[in-house]
Amino acid sequence: MNERKNIPRDGWRRIRGLTRKETLQVLRDPSNLVVAVVLPLILLFLFGYGVTFDPRRFDIGLVVEQPTPESGSFSAALANSPFFGIETARDRRAFEADLIAGDIKGIVVLPADFADRAYRGNTAPIQVIVDGGDPNTAELIRTYVQLLWANWLQQESISRSLPLLPALVNVEPRIWFNPEVSSRNYLVPGSVAIILMLIGALLTALVVAREWERGTMEALLATPIGIVELLIGKLAPYFALGMISMLISVATAVFLFGVPFRGSVILLGLVSALFMLAALGQGLFISTLARNQLVAAQVSIMSAFLPAFYFSNFVFEIDSMPFALQLVSYAVPARYYVSSLQTLFLAGDVPSVILTDIAGLIAIAGGFILLTALATRTRLD
Amino acid sequence: MSEELVRIDAVSKRFGKNGPIALTRLSASFFGGHVTGLAGPDGAGKTTLLRLIAGLLKADEGALDVCGHDTLRAQGDIKRDVAYMPQRFGLYEDLTVIENLHLYADLRSVTGGARTDTIERLLRFTALEPFTARLAGALSGGMKQKLGLACALIKKPRLLLLDEPSVGVDPISRRELWRMVYELVDQGIGVIWSTAYLDEAERCKTVLLLSEGKLIYQGAPETLTQSVAERTFLVADITGDKRAVLTRALDAPQVLDGVIQGDAVRLVLKEGEKAPNADVLQAGPAANVISTPPRFEDAFMARVGGGAKGASPFAGAPKHGADNDEIVVEADALTKRFGDFTAADRISFAVRRGEIFGLIGPNGAGKSTTFKMLCGLLKPSAGAARVAGLDLAKAPGKARARLGYMAQKFSLYGDLSVRQNLNFFAGVYGLSNAARKGAIARMIETFDLESYLNTNAGSLPLGYKQRLALACAVMHDPDVLFLDEPTSGVDPRTRREFWGHINAMVSRGVTIMVTTHFLDEAEYCDRMALIYRGRAITSGAPDALKRRAASSKNQNPTLEDAFIALVEDFDRKEAA
Repeated sequence: MNERKNIPRDGWRRIRGLTRKETLQVLRDPSNLVVAVVLPLILLFLFGYGVTFDPRRFDIGLVVEQPTPESGSFSAALANSPFFGIETARDRRAFEADLIAGDIKGIVVLPADFADRAYRGNTAPIQVIVDGGDPNTAELIRTYVQLLWANWLQQESISRSLPLLPALVNVEPRIWFNPEVSSRNYLVPGSVAIILMLIGALLTALVVAREWERGTMEALLATPIGIVELLIGKLAPYFALGMISMLISVATAVFLFGVPFRGSVILLGLVSALFMLAALGQGLFISTLARNQLVAAQVSIMSAFLPAFYFSNFVFEIDSMPFALQLVSYAVPARYYVSSLQTLFLAGDVPSVILTDIAGLIAIAGGFILLTALATRTRLD
Repeated sequence: MSEELVRIDAVSKRFGKNGPIALTRLSASFFGGHVTGLAGPDGAGKTTLLRLIAGLLKADEGALDVCGHDTLRAQGDIKRDVAYMPQRFGLYEDLTVIENLHLYADLRSVTGGARTDTIERLLRFTALEPFTARLAGALSGGMKQKLGLACALIKKPRLLLLDEPSVGVDPISRRELWRMVYELVDQGIGVIWSTAYLDEAERCKTVLLLSEGKLIYQGAPETLTQSVAERTFLVADITGDKRAVLTRALDAPQVLDGVIQGDAVRLVLKEGEKAPNADVLQAGPAANVISTPPRFEDAFMARVGGGAKGASPFAGAPKHGADNDEIVVEADALTKRFGDFTAADRISFAVRRGEIFGLIGPNGAGKSTTFKMLCGLLKPSAGAARVAGLDLAKAPGKARARLGYMAQKFSLYGDLSVRQNLNFFAGVYGLSNAARKGAIARMIETFDLESYLNTNAGSLPLGYKQRLALACAVMHDPDVLFLDEPTSGVDPRTRREFWGHINAMVSRGVTIMVTTHFLDEAEYCDRMALIYRGRAITSGAPDALKRRAASSKNQNPTLEDAFIALVEDFDRKEAA
């Protein structure tokens, strides 16, 4: 009778014992700290400083066939633009070799009749030659030159008190949420998701597989510990570790990279905790099926880390993927988490987005934990 | 009669639908208050049976009753009453001794004052008090095993299951473990000790012998041993080749089983037969056949119908001239340092052609390091290793072409067929096309592999696996064959067959180097060096070592007794 009464307390003691053991193991194995602290910082620095999708400065050749005040004024506009580095010549042949060699990214030609045709408005007076082998750059240069041209034309009209030329489309871009259009502002929050996925899925998969490999799981299962206790005892330390690296990453993002944070910290904690549970659940599930570390590592990289990278809107836009792949992305927890992170950082608390993401994360986390509980047995076969 | 703790009723277990059968309709009982040995070779089903008793596996058929609980319905109760030490002790190597103990105390709900007392008592019991802050991974094999035992005993169980507790443990620690287990038994705990070593099973009060998932004997070991009483003999004082005497003895119709035992040949006769005459065996003028007390292993062999008969197919014309004094393997003050740690310290010995030479010693003593330097796999820090007169440091390739190597647990490719394995190894040795064909054909013929050519190596019967591994190691006709624990965990029958092949090779002039911590295997050696703490502390023939350890208390020491005495002697001198 007395023994029965003690059962819940025994359970908690077992969880505590297991948690303490896991914590000691985490602290003693430097590779865990590398994954939890050093790796997030490396990823953040990589995405913060190294990778950018922002416009760069292009070196182009400018050919002015007949110098006139007009061509001089347009050359100045080009040279003053932050996007172009200019070298000038009288003949386009001077630049052909450079373009082929890739030393310059394009050639802008102002023909001899530039001044005459400039104000006529219907035919393009300038020629842009770009390297089609690098279509992104080619497209960017084309667009920039066009915008510059439209801008210059207006300025000219005003300064010469000429009637304003009818602009065909008057584009006035206004960018919400990320006014600087700095890719760092969405890459850095996104990388938090990748980091947590690594800790949650990869690390957890490895530590459970390690117990099987070293034969300690057998000894553990021969003690009175139950499934739920085992799961909690295993999850708790890695949950804490994941949350610590989340805090480190967010602090680095905000204070070092100056990424704005406009949402509430409580929501960030909630969404992160749910995402962490989903990742841990996936890791545990993998490790219950793969009882050796090599297989566990391969499976978790293939099924957790890479999908988090590809199907989360982090780098690759889901909307531009084929429909089938878009469907796949719904099963990837990082999709919801990246969406919440980008919203919380750049837009603030947007209930419709965050609530949808929370629902998605709960479904996935619950699914994995349930699968794990079903797949884990307190027997060896 | 003490209480019945485990009753097993027609239990069968198979892994997967078409997987291997681990146990077939096994019925047995285990009782409290004494040690029951669970003996049998690797793969006999020992671990499966222990896991079934611990409630870690589910039987396909039949029922198990453990401490009054059904293993299927009352898993929780069983886990409270039964302590289980798995093969690798279940320790966390990155936790300290005391942390491991506290973890298991938490898991088994040992709290408060009882916890402090128990841990203190167990530390004293296992003599681990000075090492509480050491990481379990940094303990020696013997200490790990004691800690594993302490963790299993944190809450006094009714039944203690030990799965091959003496594997990888030196004889001294093994003896201490037995002392501890006897103490537990005195407290009324039932102990099941599984082992592949028959000499260990012999020490248990009752023993269950398993073979291929079937129970072949249950009862007191003495009863089985007595079944071959008056049927065991030694052919002593042999002049000439003792291995040839053994071959002739095995061919004699009245002999059931025979092995080399030191300088003598040990024989078990068929029931009602008379011992063969020493003259018939051509054992030399001084030889005589004397009666000797039976051993458990003799009875085991009789029970399974005896060993292989006569000469190994590998016997043949001598490979070299009769120049048996030529030194083939030589270690000259071999030293290997890893940082501050000296793994091998000025080890010297010389092995003549056609000798079987053993490096004997506990795990971590430096056997493997010495072995690897002799094979050219490790570069010595000082000293030299020579094989067939070639210095391994100067001409490693040439020297290695003269030696064959058979790793522990046969390094075959399990998912390649026998023929593919042979082809692969022929390629590795760089045999030319014609030579390769010839060598493979010769191996198939000598080892009788024809009927298995297209079978995957992984699914061969153990005896054939051994043959194939040996075939792969000797395909290039080496002068020296290195064997790394070739028959540990192998049943006595397969072991005899293996040594039959080896003896045949030796008679052809091949030199054999063996490392082992398994002293039964050491009996097959002509001479051996005892490696302990990186030093060769003594060397000589097995019988010479035994004689050196003989005392008034123990006039006929076994090789294990000799080993312990010599090591203790060394420790005393070191301490002085």
